[in-house]
Amino acid sequence: MAKKPADKRYTKDHEWVVLDGDIATVGITDHAQEQLGDVVHVELPELDREVAANEACAVVESVKAASDIFAPLAGTVVEINETIVEDPAIVNGDPEGEGWFFKLELDDPDAFEELMDADTYEEYLETL
Amino acid sequence: MTDLKTTPLDAWHRRLGARMVPFAGYAMPVQYDFTGPLADRCRGGVLAEHLHCRSQAALFDVSHMGQAMLTGAGVAEALERLVPGDIMGLKPGRQRYTLLTNEAGGIIDDLMVANLGDERLFLVVNASRKDIDFAHIPGIIPIENQALLALQGPAAAGIIGVPLSFMGVAETHIAGIPCTISRSGYTGEDGFEISVEADRAEALADWLLGHEAVVPAGLGARDSLRLEAGLCLYGHDLDETTTPVEAGLTWVIGKRRKMSWDFPGGAIVRDQLDNGAPRLRVGIKPTGRAPAREGTAIEGAGIVTSGGFSPSLNAPIAMGYVSRDLAEDGTALTLMVRGKPMPATVVPMPFVPHRYVR
Repeated sequence: MAKKPADKRYTKDHEWVVLDGDIATVGITDHAQEQLGDVVHVELPELDREVAANEACAVVESVKAASDIFAPLAGTVVEINETIVEDPAIVNGDPEGEGWFFKLELDDPDAFEELMDADTYEEYLETL
Repeated sequence: MTDLKTTPLDAWHRRLGARMVPFAGYAMPVQYDFTGPLADRCRGGVLAEHLHCRSQAALFDVSHMGQAMLTGAGVAEALERLVPGDIMGLKPGRQRYTLLTNEAGGIIDDLMVANLGDERLFLVVNASRKDIDFAHIPGIIPIENQALLALQGPAAAGIIGVPLSFMGVAETHIAGIPCTISRSGYTGEDGFEISVEADRAEALADWLLGHEAVVPAGLGARDSLRLEAGLCLYGHDLDETTTPVEAGLTWVIGKRRKMSWDFPGGAIVRDQLDNGAPRLRVGIKPTGRAPAREGTAIEGAGIVTSGGFSPSLNAPIAMGYVSRDLAEDGTALTLMVRGKPMPATVVPMPFVPHRYVR
């Protein structure tokens, strides 16, 4: 079942996911970067790494603290965004665009549907 | 944030876009999201506020800190029973950094003592240690209803315009507002700390912000600035188990006090000075870009007590305690950062040169 690339989903860990075919692009939400403060360092997963859903696979370090980034769904890392490693400020400047973290080839693209849509994520933010 | 105390500038911070956090029992600004004209000066956030302080001037509210007076004949002599510093030799109009020590030579608090003349000593102690310090110092009179502001950075002197040298202190007026001002700070920059009546604090803060060079800065930038300057944070780099020798603060011991060693823990401190302390505070430069935070283990050597990212150097920096044989500059260390070994080196402090005007 093909999904529109614009169809964006969210996790409770404040990651966003965009699906194109069976490739999911993952990053952190604007809310997340806002809470983290200035991002100063990013560690990304190795290419070809197989990750389980909710497995910690990247780290974002802000001036305040280190935070794990979790794989929103199970899959294999097929691309990483080296640009944010070189210039971590991009994560603050364009978290849901140029500041993406990695791309996963999903084991089960249908699992994407189980993630929160934009409205549900908004509601979730209000409960925090 | 109920039950938190507030500083006289609480509403002022919130108006200017502060993110307030609990710190030492107070609601304090950790960083700002500036809007309007302030946003044109600085985008806000820890990095930008930090760099603004280094390049121009930043205004910190440090009213959470404890301010107190000791007055009467013989106060300097009395205070010397509790600290290793030369307080009797502290001239009117001068301020000194000193330590309250315990019988084991451990540090109860680090503080500033200013001689205001006429047998009056003005003390500024850490917020988190106020109650302990005030119970510990006989005859101390805590000052309530007084704010403490710090204007730090190369543009500060031109704004304040009071002729003081580094660690000079004066009771004077700024913008017509009475205040006690010292040329000192906690950033490594030239700057001033200004004690002002709570009711006049907003007026003074607004007057200072009226200068194009100034933006408010929060505790986040204050912490990264003091770390770059190699300055200790009580409860992290200093506590009741660390001695002045271990902390690299033997310079606070007055020359005269080194004849008699008649301060709490004096014999232990003297022994460590003669024979070496078991561990020493050092500067640490991790390789790579990942910050090594407080609590990071240094394999076979010790522990990181302050660590973060240096906005000025665009690299991680840290300080911590290592065993004496590993404290030499250039010594290779291994930090365990999130379970992974990370090479690091012992380096001299400060990480960023002080720019005090002496």
